[in-house]
Amino acid sequence: MMSQNILHKEGEVRIPSGCAISGIFSKSGKKVNGREIIKSIATMHDRSNGLGGGFAGYGIYPQYPDAYAFHVFYNDEDSKARCEKFLERHFDVINLSKIPTRKVAAITDEPLIWRYFVTPLHIKLMQSQLSEEEFTKRCVIHINTQLDGAYVFSSGKNMGVFKAVGFPEDVGEFYRLEEYDAYSWTAHGRYPTNTPGWWGGAHPFDLLGLSIVHNGEISSYDANRRYIEMFGYKCNLLTDTEVITYIIDYLANEKKLTMEEVASVIAAPFWSTIERMPQKQREQLTYLRNTFASLLITGPFSILVGFEGGMMALNDRLKLRSMVVGEKDDTDMVYIASEECAIRVIEPRVDRVWSPKGGEPVIVRLNPDAKV
Amino acid sequence: MGNNGINYIHPEFEVVRDQDKCIACRVCERQCANEVHYMDEDGVMRADNSKCVNCHRCVSLCPTGALKIVKSDHTFRPNGNWTPQIITELYRQAGSGGVLLSSMGNPTNLPVYWDRLLLNASQVTNPSIDPLREPMETVTFLGKKPKEIVRDEEGNIVNNQTPQIRLNTPIMFSAMSYGSISYNAHASLARAATELGICYNTGEGGLHEDFYQYGPNTIVQVASGRFGVHKAYLEAGCAVEIKIGQGAKPGIGGHLPGAKIVGDISRTRMIPEGSDAISPAPHHDIYSIEDLRQLVYSLKEATEYNKPVIVKIAAVHNVAAIASGVARSGADIIAIDGFRGGTGAAPTRIRDNVGIPIELALASVDSRLREEGIRDNVSVVVGGSIRSAADVVKAIALGADACYIGTAACLAMGCHLCRSCQEGKCNWGIATQRPELVKRLNPNIGSQRLVNLVNAWTHEIKEIMGGMGINSIESLRGNRLMLRGVGLNQKELEILGIKYAGE
Repeated sequence: MMSQNILHKEGEVRIPSGCAISGIFSKSGKKVNGREIIKSIATMHDRSNGLGGGFAGYGIYPQYPDAYAFHVFYNDEDSKARCEKFLERHFDVINLSKIPTRKVAAITDEPLIWRYFVTPLHIKLMQSQLSEEEFTKRCVIHINTQLDGAYVFSSGKNMGVFKAVGFPEDVGEFYRLEEYDAYSWTAHGRYPTNTPGWWGGAHPFDLLGLSIVHNGEISSYDANRRYIEMFGYKCNLLTDTEVITYIIDYLANEKKLTMEEVASVIAAPFWSTIERMPQKQREQLTYLRNTFASLLITGPFSILVGFEGGMMALNDRLKLRSMVVGEKDDTDMVYIASEECAIRVIEPRVDRVWSPKGGEPVIVRLNPDAKV
Repeated sequence: MGNNGINYIHPEFEVVRDQDKCIACRVCERQCANEVHYMDEDGVMRADNSKCVNCHRCVSLCPTGALKIVKSDHTFRPNGNWTPQIITELYRQAGSGGVLLSSMGNPTNLPVYWDRLLLNASQVTNPSIDPLREPMETVTFLGKKPKEIVRDEEGNIVNNQTPQIRLNTPIMFSAMSYGSISYNAHASLARAATELGICYNTGEGGLHEDFYQYGPNTIVQVASGRFGVHKAYLEAGCAVEIKIGQGAKPGIGGHLPGAKIVGDISRTRMIPEGSDAISPAPHHDIYSIEDLRQLVYSLKEATEYNKPVIVKIAAVHNVAAIASGVARSGADIIAIDGFRGGTGAAPTRIRDNVGIPIELALASVDSRLREEGIRDNVSVVVGGSIRSAADVVKAIALGADACYIGTAACLAMGCHLCRSCQEGKCNWGIATQRPELVKRLNPNIGSQRLVNLVNAWTHEIKEIMGGMGINSIESLRGNRLMLRGVGLNQKELEILGIKYAGE
């Protein structure tokens, strides 16, 4: 059960936070055990303060590759009953279970944590005249905004988010992450400047498999929020991660921009840089900056964007947050973290380690022949 | 005329001359078009206080600093309800039987919301950015945003953008017609806009042929009188503005007396010399929103869809709904003029009582357009009155794309806000057509002062943005979390869409 904290929870107050992030990506599709990502993020213990930690793993549910895996927090049995009724009305529920956890002294006040593998009910989907993704997205947003006490914190296919209030290594222990293998992992340790006391506020933030971990505090928040809310998104948590996820979902999935183009919108090159570019590139970037002006993100951030088959790392245009990338050629592995130590601790013999420039996206994808 | 030899009006100002300093050089006498100063038979300089409008021309030019103007302490019996101004205006009307005329913006003591908004800055959790060391961007595009991303066969994005205005900084000079202001004032504005990479606006007076060269930085206006409108005029500018209303006088037209319709002004306006230029209150081809759409598209047809069309409205009670209609009319930009906006002449009662504050109008328009999902259909430009870089920053944080400045631009050119433009005797060479007065405004100096002003404001905007940790103006636009209110009630906060300081 959630404690009745007298402080405001996420969504009632805007809470800035600093953080640690880490990511592991196997381009060959070879699975990496959850212990590895815990080891990496734990190295940066001092960058979090025990008020939030979490992980996203891609390729962890090969037994249900085509079903949406919903991870849900419930305040109580009542909210669970209400949400399950909603799910049954809109989805074919293929499997449901408690998410396995173990008792960890540092993790307390856990909500009910359930997992559902679902596919949209055919007849409901037809009636809605929406695509499968859009239908599912709206259902998730409905639960999170309308059903009190229920919160879907993970909703992608063949992927899952695990998060809680605590240090990330304790959160990984709690969720028994050693039981999961993924080709792509992201992790987050949180350092909020207030006590949120709510599990939903931890990172990663996920919407249908687009997941984000973020370190920073964006200064463009309200400009971004008020713009993106024109398109049906509701920023309920008032967190940077939430609005960044919606922005990327809108640009990549609604507007069909490539991830490179998405990066050139949210961390746009300066006009002085654009003016020095060859004509074609200059015109394209001017077009994107002008068209999506309100989606430029300013202020410090380093983010890892997890999506099906890939990962993008991106810094704000001034690189006001640390982020390094490491590559190991023989194993086709890519490591990205706030600090180099978080890479060296799991792969001491990386071939290259470098700091991407501000606004320069690092995008890694599965090799064409990779099997996941 | 009903005064029966009695002078009911005591002069509002007194000219104070330090006779020890006065050298009787008669500069004041030559400089005052109101004929306040004269030399008496004994060679001593005197003043007729009743003619003084307090424009400071004589004070500024007196070589020995012998002059100052003070407000008369002559008083009526104090009365909180019947103020001296109300009594005096009443006497004036009882004498003349006429409508009171005023100029410049509403001077009354109504709330200035800009002064009740406070700005944010970064501390600890994110860094402020130093504009001296890092790029700080103020480039602004005005115009519609495309709805769809279209790609060619090779997957490249096709440029499907409608015409845009590119501004180096989100400030433009608002509409002031040639006629209401002088040739030299127009020359100053046009040159400054070109040097700054922004725009000035012709107002409803046509475009003097000498100024076609500044076309890329000129917004040409089409108002209800259609003065000076022809094909070459429409094509000369970078955008066409349809003027529906003006903040200083919503709901009424304009009147430039025949005495000012001389020479080039007559030619530029395309009306006979000496005839009054009367702009009707409404456009007689726009009696409803669907008519506006037709005029918008007529102008787009005439300019072959190469120019964005601006629709300028006054901030009135129903401004959000009106703006929503305009945003669906095909217009590319909406300009909203607040109740403090200036004018060359307006009926006093209208100027001081009609319309609403721009801060509230802007906030409700921006919110409404977002609620309806049509904010991308138009850019929003606000004016009336923007007094400083801080006002610009606050306007943009509330949701404006750019600001129009008129009064501030006049001040930069030397205006002292004596609010007597309607007299046509502007001693500073701005709101006059008398050649000996016009030549007092040197366009080289006028344009330089305008450039200085806008550059100074842009530096300040950058400094303020840097403090907030924002390094590009688009991240400030509509970013209302950067604002907090003081001295506002719950309803005002709600309309402005901001929190109270300390929240």
